[in-house]
Amino acid sequence: MTDLWDGLSRAFFLLVSLDADLVEITLRSLRVTLTALLIASLIALPFGALLAVRRFRFRRTTIAVLNALMGLPPVVVGLIVYVFLSRSGPFGVFGLLFTPTAMIIAQIIIIVPLIASIAHQALRELWSDYHDLLISMNTTHIQRIQTLLWDGRRALLTAALAGFGRAIGEVGAIMVVGGNIDHHTRVLTTAIALETGKGEFAMALALGFILIGLAILVNIAIHWLTQTEREGRW
Amino acid sequence: MSDLFPLKVEQAVSRRRGKVLVGPVDLTLKARGTTVVIGPNGAGKTSLLRMLHGIARLNAGKITWNCPQDEAQRRQSFVFQTPVMLRRSVRDNLAYPLRVLGTPRADALQQADDWAERVGLGYAVNRPATVLSGGERQKLAIGRALIRSPDVLFLDEPCSSLDGRATREIEDILQKAAASGTRLIMSTHDMGQARRLASEVLFILGGKVHEFGPATPFFEGPQTAQARAFLRGDIVE
Repeated sequence: MTDLWDGLSRAFFLLVSLDADLVEITLRSLRVTLTALLIASLIALPFGALLAVRRFRFRRTTIAVLNALMGLPPVVVGLIVYVFLSRSGPFGVFGLLFTPTAMIIAQIIIIVPLIASIAHQALRELWSDYHDLLISMNTTHIQRIQTLLWDGRRALLTAALAGFGRAIGEVGAIMVVGGNIDHHTRVLTTAIALETGKGEFAMALALGFILIGLAILVNIAIHWLTQTEREGRW
Repeated sequence: MSDLFPLKVEQAVSRRRGKVLVGPVDLTLKARGTTVVIGPNGAGKTSLLRMLHGIARLNAGKITWNCPQDEAQRRQSFVFQTPVMLRRSVRDNLAYPLRVLGTPRADALQQADDWAERVGLGYAVNRPATVLSGGERQKLAIGRALIRSPDVLFLDEPCSSLDGRATREIEDILQKAAASGTRLIMSTHDMGQARRLASEVLFILGGKVHEFGPATPFFEGPQTAQARAFLRGDIVE
């Protein structure tokens, strides 16, 4: 129990003193995850809508695979990305291994199936509502996808937030491809793993509380910005 | 622009999972008037309208408009029994069909406001469509269907589950549309409404056209026993 209290007070002091290292790794965490989230959403949301709207031959298989990939083990993703980016790998020439970019790539791979799958679930309902009308109006596939993405934007926000949650708390993959290098690729989760390994539980807990606080803060900020859950909105 | 009509339907059949919903139907619809489709539940009224509009699969036979198919598609609209509300404001719902055709936003919104007034929803343009009452939803759906100035408007029981006043308001809108040259093809359960609006009646039973002709003679003296029984209010199967 003393560790918990220690952790809380350490977290408090780190925050109040705006510890330079803490600010640096927190900002890096945010930058890596938000970039990954943005790119993943750009891929996954239209893909989820496409799965709702189009009927093609391997659609059911695609959806099943997508759902299965939601549980992709991050360490394995990290490993595969590592192999691709390592000096002897096919993308070795870009020299991306142990950079924030490599971490972003790994996180994108982890959260795209999650976001696409949740988006597809949400938009499927909406599509069954809209189906007759949009067919009757002779809309093109692109227009149908645009309409679903726009009218379903609040449900899609949930999908994106789920992706954010998974990415910000992820440690396995970014540890492997980022390497937890101080002032370069160290982020909150890898720092927590490191401090725990060193036996510095209070410090690890302090970082943990800050991570949780950060996740809550981002969620609240997005909900407030987009004004969900207000009367007459959807 | 060539004329859409006559619409020729030859031996048209629509099936779903092997079960015949409607057909075979042979029919020729001319350019003028309001056709009202009546018949008992499950007779195929909805399926017939959907098949004519082209949103139900045509499994056999032919439906030919007097112009190319894609042009015919663009010149018709459909109002569903349960109106589909896009999760947007009333104004954006009305503007949607125009936006899809590529009308500039400002122009589309202006026409949307104009149509909101015409269907009596001028007070609600900024409300989300999903909070409208049943009657308001149906008026919005009709306004949204008419905003493209279609040559044909299909309506599938537009006034079912509406009360007298809402029904009268909707009939007013429909009569104005008909007077300005829109061809109406609608199904209804309300014989009073059929008498008020129809210029020709299509009585459908078991997926087949049982009787088809001008409204007045039909209501005064139906040719077939089933139609007589149906008009009397007997249960026809």
